Amino acid sequence: MRYLVLLKGSLSTSPPPPELMAAIMRLGEEATKAGALLDTAGLAPSDQGARVQLADGKITVTDGPFAEAKEMISYALYQVRSKEEATEWATRFMKLHRDLWAGWEGDAEVLRVFGPEDFAPPA
Amino acid sequence: MVGSVAVTATDPTRATHRAVEAVWRIEAGRLIAGLARLVRDVGQAEELAQDALVIALEQWPRDGVPERPGAWLMATAKHRAVDLLRRQSRYQEKVAEIGRDLEVGQAWAEPDLDDALDDHIGDDLLRLIFTACHPVLSPESRVALTLRFLGGLSTDEIARAFLIPEPTAAQRLVRAKRTLAARKVEFELPAPAELAERLDSVLEAIFLIFNEGYAASAGEDWMRPALCEEALRLGRILAGLTPQQAEVHGLVALMEIQASRTYARSGPDGEPVLLMDQDRRRWDRLLIRRGLQALQRAESLADMPGPYTLQAAIAACHARAATPEDTDWALIAALYQVLVHRWPSPVAQLNRAVAVGMADGPAAGLAIADPLTLEPALASYPMLAAVRGDLLARLGRNDEARRQFQRAAELTRNQQEQAIFRNRADRIPPA
Repeated sequence: MRYLVLLKGSLSTSPPPPELMAAIMRLGEEATKAGALLDTAGLAPSDQGARVQLADGKITVTDGPFAEAKEMISYALYQVRSKEEATEWATRFMKLHRDLWAGWEGDAEVLRVFGPEDFAPPA
Repeated sequence: MVGSVAVTATDPTRATHRAVEAVWRIEAGRLIAGLARLVRDVGQAEELAQDALVIALEQWPRDGVPERPGAWLMATAKHRAVDLLRRQSRYQEKVAEIGRDLEVGQAWAEPDLDDALDDHIGDDLLRLIFTACHPVLSPESRVALTLRFLGGLSTDEIARAFLIPEPTAAQRLVRAKRTLAARKVEFELPAPAELAERLDSVLEAIFLIFNEGYAASAGEDWMRPALCEEALRLGRILAGLTPQQAEVHGLVALMEIQASRTYARSGPDGEPVLLMDQDRRRWDRLLIRRGLQALQRAESLADMPGPYTLQAAIAACHARAATPEDTDWALIAALYQVLVHRWPSPVAQLNRAVAVGMADGPAAGLAIADPLTLEPALASYPMLAAVRGDLLARLGRNDEARRQFQRAAELTRNQQEQAIFRNRADRIPPA
């Protein structure tokens, strides 16, 4: 089964330390070689994006940045055998941030991706 | 030691157990491989790793998940290895013996053991894969050991995967490990002269696992698609360890592309849907993309494509066709021609007949399919009858076509396939 790990954090004024980026690349390589990481990419800050909102029957298009404190930073798609396996990879990822970018805070949300097993016909 | 990661859950012990199992799944292969480097016996290495797992299940709920779970498991297993050897009064002997092997001696002595082993871990994982898939073992035994050592699957999970009773799976594992010990199979990489044959043995085992999962239809135990995923994972691991081996990428490509169709292969009532009838919007484009990349890698690494690469290239033809009408049948026919020329197989020849029938017309296809009726291996093969039925129908030879579909319906033991063949027979108008 697949899990999407979405990293969200506060927009920081300074760029991430190079040691952190190097460590993230190594972890990504490790997860890829373990056959678990299928796809991953960083997301540009919301000031380069837009929002298309549907509310009260009306559609509104707004350019970023958005008012929320947390920005979406990256995604990673894992193929694993359990939620706990995806969580373990996400935990290792967050440990790198804890150890190599003091003071940074954020959330890695681990979400299951619907797959064929969810649409299986009745047994 | 208080764990650095707080786990919030209604049942923290059970949550921690599941976390242990997740770490096990991730680390089992590396753990067993690293231990095998030390004790030079994969069976013993596995037992030591299992011991560490048991201790983790006891201690982590109490002490928290350790900061570096993989390293914790390795350190725990290593301590038990030393204890074991001391109790066997063989420790001094072992140290002297391995002292001669400088690398291993250093590894034992190394205070930061996991760093020392990290340098070798790729090598050790490869040794473990080759050992688990050694040709002295039957294909089923290789499959069982691979799932156990590299997949971290429990005996019960292996049993369910192959629809055998648990005691049978347990026996298979025990006998396989005993065979390796009895035949004194060394924990080593194959010599260059043997590499091709040994690699074939590994690829065969991985593909067996994949097919076991792929052949199962929807509605059965959902362990089966998980088997496809497991095989894919093993293939990707191997590709990471032997990036220069074309056929490894070829096998991965074949599996990624075939797996891309999982969603489309079953209809609303669980009935199988043939490739040409599948809703292609349900094909997983991420897997297709990955499969095509792996195929490109395979083709760039070898002048002559091997059998897995060829089969992947054929699968890629279908993957690239947005609609059935876009299928490049001429290319598929050409690829099958190369395949059967170098690796003759009646089933591949039959598939070639289908492709030629599409590319050059039914008469050309029948010219290839008809002689196959003399093939003993295909005597009871429903697909031979079905293919001939289809080609005959397209030539207007209706009575013969109907008979072939009826024969196909009689030969198959799959009820849904039977219904498909009877339906085709009924739809042929009388001559």
